Amino acid sequence: MRAPLNPLRRTGRRDPTVPPRIFVLPALAVYALVVLYPSAAGVVYAFTDWTGVGSFSFVGLANFHTLLGDDRAVHSIGNTLLLTVAVVVAQNLVGLLLALGVHTGIRSRALLRVVFFAPAVVSPVMVAFLWKYVYNPDSGAGLNGVLGAVGLGGLRQDWLGDPSLTLWSVAAMVVWQYAGYSMVIFLAGLQDVPPELQEAARIDGAGTWQRFRYVTWPLLAPALTVNLMLSTIGGLKLFDQVYAATDGGPGTASETLSTVLYKEAFVYGKFGYSTAVALVLALFVAAVSLVQLHYLRAREVAA
Amino acid sequence: MSAATAGRVDADAERPAGRPATAGGRRRAGYGRYLLELVMIAAAVAFLFPVYALVTLALKSPAQIADSPLSPPTSPDFGNFGDAWSSASLGSALVNSAVITAASLLLLVVVGSTAAYYLARCASGLGYGLYVLFLLGIVLPFQLGMIPLYKLVDDLGWLGTYQGMILFYTGIQMPFTVFLYTGFARALPRDYAQAALIDGCDHRQAFTRVVFPLLRPVTGTVVILNAVFVWNDFFTPLLYLGGSGRETVPVAVFSFVGQYVSNYGLVFAGLVLAALPVLVVFLLLQRYVIKGFAGGLKG
Repeated sequence: MRAPLNPLRRTGRRDPTVPPRIFVLPALAVYALVVLYPSAAGVVYAFTDWTGVGSFSFVGLANFHTLLGDDRAVHSIGNTLLLTVAVVVAQNLVGLLLALGVHTGIRSRALLRVVFFAPAVVSPVMVAFLWKYVYNPDSGAGLNGVLGAVGLGGLRQDWLGDPSLTLWSVAAMVVWQYAGYSMVIFLAGLQDVPPELQEAARIDGAGTWQRFRYVTWPLLAPALTVNLMLSTIGGLKLFDQVYAATDGGPGTASETLSTVLYKEAFVYGKFGYSTAVALVLALFVAAVSLVQLHYLRAREVAA
Repeated sequence: MSAATAGRVDADAERPAGRPATAGGRRRAGYGRYLLELVMIAAAVAFLFPVYALVTLALKSPAQIADSPLSPPTSPDFGNFGDAWSSASLGSALVNSAVITAASLLLLVVVGSTAAYYLARCASGLGYGLYVLFLLGIVLPFQLGMIPLYKLVDDLGWLGTYQGMILFYTGIQMPFTVFLYTGFARALPRDYAQAALIDGCDHRQAFTRVVFPLLRPVTGTVVILNAVFVWNDFFTPLLYLGGSGRETVPVAVFSFVGQYVSNYGLVFAGLVLAALPVLVVFLLLQRYVIKGFAGGLKG
């Protein structure tokens, strides 16, 4: 007897090999207590004027009206989307190039894999502190110091202090930390590409680009799905790095939904409004993941 | 780039056994491979620059930093490390992080694997419904429940305690853990557990003696992924443990950096010390870490 691979299949009769429900209860209890109940309560608070102390009343959609008129919050939605797109595109592109590079027979491949992946295991807050120094215009050993040392002094910038650059600087830092993560997932996908297919394509006269485009790339579809979903959800929820590197500044230049809702709650005590912002974030994440999952899975099947 | 495919024929840990390397492929690689090697090493050097800055400055006194920040430390000064260790209270932060991480991992493995075993076996309406309910937790941003949960932990009197953090991590990482375990458990043949049941085991014994040992590969993945997350998490411990004396490493480093913001040698020595444990563990286990990440995320 085999395990049903299709989770939707109903067996109809009671199966004595199915463990009793008590097996799932502890996990369900702690999950309900820590995630389900607070999230549901959050949805309720989003429609109140709760300040964290005392009683509160339901205010309908007032928090959402406030949000639409709140320049900082509206601006933060744009920033969140921009940051997410930048991180998703760059992280996956760099990750793919690194994976293709270290998947080959070069001598240093084992070492390079470790090097490129290592930042992903370090705390994002610490990475943010390191990059704050790298970006600091006055730090001698920072990016500007290097640009000066190699004769590119003209490119020196105030990387985090210039409002038109901040968001991109934060994105670059996040990509630096997690490109290796994407690389590893792409490497897992590359290992599923049978060398025989490559060889056959080569014998048929396919060039490097053609072999990548028509043999490797379609077979990387599952790895791409996982990578895009993880980097998108991660990008939309990004908090630690922004908080530690810029705290949303200068001005509101790098304010994201995560930093806005944090400030509304713990700086201004507007718990109701803050959870409304969180609900907007949740809806973004849910909508984007559903669309991505639908589109990417369809693409996988087609490929 | 022609080396990208020719390289496949080189002996490689990942190459399935029994696939012989052919001389033809190696010949064709030629100079392309050396060029690629150079390009990749150059990329790695550029990539490592922030790490170079980190280590170099940690080994320099303020005078040396002011004098020549970019040059390699010719006369390394290790004093920063001792100072950083004591002023960031890294010793107790390491203990706090270790306790919280270990306990959360233990609970996640025990509770998550049993739940996943049920979900993998019970493919009927209830099992599938619960599975989808768990998956929902992967998508929900924790910020949505952040404030009600803070209130809940406060009401329990668990702010500033180990158990508050352990409860949080066990709950917040449960969806991902259940997801990984269920995917793996579905692919296990059920014959082993069935045989154990026929031989007179009850479900608990069949699970602990037969099924759980079979889940070992995915348990490795679960442990690695959750350990990296729990050890590095910053925001919740800042909120729940701030000022309690039970701060984890990222929180300790955060307040330490805030305090000594302009003394880069000292700050960077603190960052090196704080990142070292996780980097050492990573270097020791990197084969499994990379495999675990890849395997876990594929499933």
